[in-house]
Amino acid sequence: MSVLAVIVFLTIFGPWLFHYDPESLSKLQFAPPSAAHPFGTDVNGRDELSRVLQGARISLFVGAAGALISFFVGTTYGLISGYFGGKVDAVMMRFLEILYSVPRLILIIIVSFIFDPLLKDWLQDIGLNAWVGYSKIIILIVSLGLIEWLTMARIVRGQVLSLKNQQFILAARSLGQSHTRIIVRHLLPNIFGIVIIYLTLTIPAVILDESFLSFLGLGIQAPQASWGNLLSDGAQVINPVKSYWWLLLFPALAMSITLLALNFLGDALRDALDPRAKR
Amino acid sequence: MLAFLFRRFASLVLVLFCVVTLTFFLVRMAPGGPFSRERKIPAAIEKQLLARYKLDGTLWQQYSDYLGDLVRGDLRLSTKYRDRSVNELIAESLPVSGTLGVLAFLLATTGGVWLGTLAAVRHHTWADSSAMLGALFLISIPTFVTGPVLVLFFALKLGWLPVGGWNSLSSLILPAITLAGPYIAYIARIMRTSMLEVLGQDFVRTARAKGLAESRVVSKHVMKVAILPVVSFLGPLAASLLTGSIVVETIFNIPGTGGFFINSIQNRDVFLLVGITLVYCGLLVLLNLVVDIAYTLLDRRIQLHE
Repeated sequence: MSVLAVIVFLTIFGPWLFHYDPESLSKLQFAPPSAAHPFGTDVNGRDELSRVLQGARISLFVGAAGALISFFVGTTYGLISGYFGGKVDAVMMRFLEILYSVPRLILIIIVSFIFDPLLKDWLQDIGLNAWVGYSKIIILIVSLGLIEWLTMARIVRGQVLSLKNQQFILAARSLGQSHTRIIVRHLLPNIFGIVIIYLTLTIPAVILDESFLSFLGLGIQAPQASWGNLLSDGAQVINPVKSYWWLLLFPALAMSITLLALNFLGDALRDALDPRAKR
Repeated sequence: MLAFLFRRFASLVLVLFCVVTLTFFLVRMAPGGPFSRERKIPAAIEKQLLARYKLDGTLWQQYSDYLGDLVRGDLRLSTKYRDRSVNELIAESLPVSGTLGVLAFLLATTGGVWLGTLAAVRHHTWADSSAMLGALFLISIPTFVTGPVLVLFFALKLGWLPVGGWNSLSSLILPAITLAGPYIAYIARIMRTSMLEVLGQDFVRTARAKGLAESRVVSKHVMKVAILPVVSFLGPLAASLLTGSIVVETIFNIPGTGGFFINSIQNRDVFLLVGITLVYCGLLVLLNLVVDIAYTLLDRRIQLHE
């Protein structure tokens, strides 16, 4: 928890604490870690620490926003499927199974690569020129959010199935409340705990997906940094003659610690709140 | 059983059809074709090129022609790797990716089941907690970190194993370990949870009361039931290994299908892209089917036709 707090703090306030511009070039190529550049510099003489921090901002933002989208889609889907049951449920779950069996990341790669130029044009058309540079990030957030909701939907559905036959729902129904009202006012608050837990577990999953794409050169593009493309740069300069280990080590550490902390938090929350997982 | 197989087969065809349609239209409708370069090629030549690769006519014509070819098993020509058919390219690279995938699959399942069983049998001891902590680490550290680190250590520092490539058996070891790593952890966690659940059941007590040795109780009685959740995880596992292998192939410079896939997107190589996506999805749906059948064979309580 405290590790997470430190990471989030550094991510948000980092740019004010460390005065190097993550995208500005200098003559100092491949400088090893020193007092001036604690994480060293990369092939273009950029300060690696500020790049890792910029990467953190992008990766965490994509993770959080993507998880939020998946939360909305997954919860809605699960609520509807579980609440209405019967044929609706059967069809919706069959669809979910099909989605499970398709290599979703592969489709995401195709979709994000193809919609990126379209979104860029569109943003330019409607006059949001400042946003053009962020089109890839927007696409990534939306598309990753749209694939990581499957588990969430399943869990929500399971919860709703066990809740909907309980007396308070029956009471609400016999009072003549509408379906929407029952779902929003009675079911949703009851499943919120478990949903939050899986939200914390979705964030690292989305971060992992994003860095996976960026590592392959299909996600966030240079000069913007994300942990994925920093790692990819770092992996490329590992060679027997002279290895610039700091370019691999520091982004790897930053990313692994963050994911570990998030997974740890999610697991601990689940063990504490989920009665089934408790032993 | 037959009805079940037929239904699943129909859904397989449907899924593949949707995937092909989606991919084809996405790629063809996106700006920039396979022949648009910085230097404009003369219109006549472009027209001929498009005709040769059957990319002329309306989008609908192209699509229906392509579907016809697909039914005949012809995945057409690649637009980037000139004069080579997609069938050829896939036939060449798929065995490589397949070997890596199967190896990682075996590693992940055996390693995971072993580790999970160990943790469950030694519940509340240091073996259990360190195995689970290790699993959490493996899950949190992405393959594109473990890969280069393993290379740095075993290939560059110690010089035991090759850095990458695809020429000897020893060049298989690092990629397979890298690819399998996180899934060893996932399976170990699943295995441990279900094993603990089964260990607390009555029939286990009966077996122990009969005077069976603990090792026999675990291997003969508990394992059979506890392994079921792992079996149902094998489908998602196959999917993850498939996408994961793309990264691992990049890290270790392995001439597999993953590299072609990445290139085909960047080159707008329509038929190669659709072909590989088709093969990936087909493999996955088939594997899921196999897993489902294996599941019912193992668990007599479940009937396929519900």
